[in-house]
Amino acid sequence: MIERLAANARVVGALGRRSIRQTARRPQLAAPLIVFPTLLLAIQTGGAGRAVDLPGFPEVQSFLAFMLAGAMVQSVMLAGNSGGIALAIDLEMGFTDRLFAAPISRFAIVLGRLAGTAALGGLTAVWFLAIGIVFGVTIEGGPLAVVWIVLLVSAAALAFGGIGAAIALRSGKASVVQGLFPIVFVILFLSTAFFPANLMIEPAATVAEYNPLSFIVEGLREPIVAGFNGEDELAAVASVLGIGAVGLTLSAAAMRGRARRGQ
Amino acid sequence: MAAISTEELAREFEGGIKAVDGVELEVAEGEIYGFLGPNGAGKTTTVRMLVTLLQPTGGRAVVAGHDVMEDPAAVRRRIGVALQEAALDPLMTGRELIQLQATLHAMPRSKGRELSDALLERVGLTQAADRRVGTYSGGMRRRLDLASALVHSPSVLFLDEPTTGLDPVSRQAIWEEVERLNGEGTTVFLTTQYLEEADQLADRVGIITSGKLVAEGTPAALKAEVGRPHLELSLVQDALGQDRDAHAHAEQILARFGKAMPSRDGLLMVELERGAAEVGPIVRALDEAGLAVESLDLVRPTLDDVFVAKTGQHLEGSEDPAAGPEPGAEAG
Repeated sequence: MIERLAANARVVGALGRRSIRQTARRPQLAAPLIVFPTLLLAIQTGGAGRAVDLPGFPEVQSFLAFMLAGAMVQSVMLAGNSGGIALAIDLEMGFTDRLFAAPISRFAIVLGRLAGTAALGGLTAVWFLAIGIVFGVTIEGGPLAVVWIVLLVSAAALAFGGIGAAIALRSGKASVVQGLFPIVFVILFLSTAFFPANLMIEPAATVAEYNPLSFIVEGLREPIVAGFNGEDELAAVASVLGIGAVGLTLSAAAMRGRARRGQ
Repeated sequence: MAAISTEELAREFEGGIKAVDGVELEVAEGEIYGFLGPNGAGKTTTVRMLVTLLQPTGGRAVVAGHDVMEDPAAVRRRIGVALQEAALDPLMTGRELIQLQATLHAMPRSKGRELSDALLERVGLTQAADRRVGTYSGGMRRRLDLASALVHSPSVLFLDEPTTGLDPVSRQAIWEEVERLNGEGTTVFLTTQYLEEADQLADRVGIITSGKLVAEGTPAALKAEVGRPHLELSLVQDALGQDRDAHAHAEQILARFGKAMPSRDGLLMVELERGAAEVGPIVRALDEAGLAVESLDLVRPTLDDVFVAKTGQHLEGSEDPAAGPEPGAEAG
């Protein structure tokens, strides 16, 4: 039993490493993780930096400090989408048949992909924290907050990766997963990623308040702009767990469906 | 014990389409079994069921001693699979692929490294080991796919159209490797559209069409079933215009050696009861009668004749086994 678990863990690790290499070697998979969120961060902080002067805007060191959490969440959502696209490409070209014909758990194949997405999420967290620090942001929660943010972003990437994987397994088509790209931005703009909920107009304000993404954003933002807030962190973890549970459940169902249909 | 056996194996897809309809197979250990059929006949569906990628909707299949439905993991541990359209990641290197395959078969990393060196050398890809698969030619991809299927020394190897679209040199390299593996005791289940491939490699051949196995046997036995060899000959034209008499005379002589067949395009044809051994006496008899032979062909039944007899159609692609351009140049 333990031997089997260890073997499956090695498979998850190997497939995770492959996933990271694949992203590094295919620019169209890497670009959404780093390039787009960094550009958007630069444009927004450069062009809308005076937003912090608006009445009701939360007390923050700078608009960049406020925006870092949004950039990270944008990056992990796109990482989940890219992971789904990569899995769909594997399905389309038949690479997954090679994996399915091996004596390993089918779920280890999905977990391997998600492990890679989680690691990439962690790397993007490090990237955005580095940008923030270079441009003068002080991480109020200290070094512990840096570790916490990296872990939370990794977990969020895994959770969003589960949704991407489920759609890839259900559709089997990279174009379908790619088609979700604009929806990522709609969900992002209907959260507190780029603007505080109290300054939005209805119904966007209410949607943003209850958007699970907002809980993750606030869980990442608080340690940067103010320090740890237990309530926000718990809500962020619960949101990640919820999204992860939905993603993994849908992935498992899609995987069973594929096996049944013989795809 | 049979390496592969099936009883009434069937697969029905949504909409009631029966891709495989009650196939009975028995492949002995150490045998090369050629599975022939046109596109859509049910070859790949059968293979996908045997390698546990697709669940049968009827019957049962036992591969390498394990039921594909009851113990698919045990089947997967004992089989090697190289599927149609080599499913390789173009972004990986050859070495990375073999090492991943070793991990999938629960081998430690050190063993994977060792195996990747040995297998890449075996298939002649050592020089290209650290290049991305996307830069490989079609022949190199097939050889890499074959090497990856051998990582865990499988007792049964499934090759789904392993040479489709390859040039003759690459095809020959794959054939040699398959023969070498079989010589080492590996059972090979090979699907192909190329009759020449089945004829050259397979100990026994099964022909599937519309999901049903319609013929099975050794290539020689199947050919013998559809007819004996026949001789096709033409006589030197007589300048004095006595062709018709000469033709009739030759037909009388040929009738002594076998059943005359209707002549076609000026060719005289006779089915030889005792095969090639009768060619010499026929030529001598014609010569003694003063009839000079211009051309002579001994035509043996081919698997294509068998295929036509059993299915009523020619096998697509069978006439030109080298058909299809191979992408990229063979290098490394």
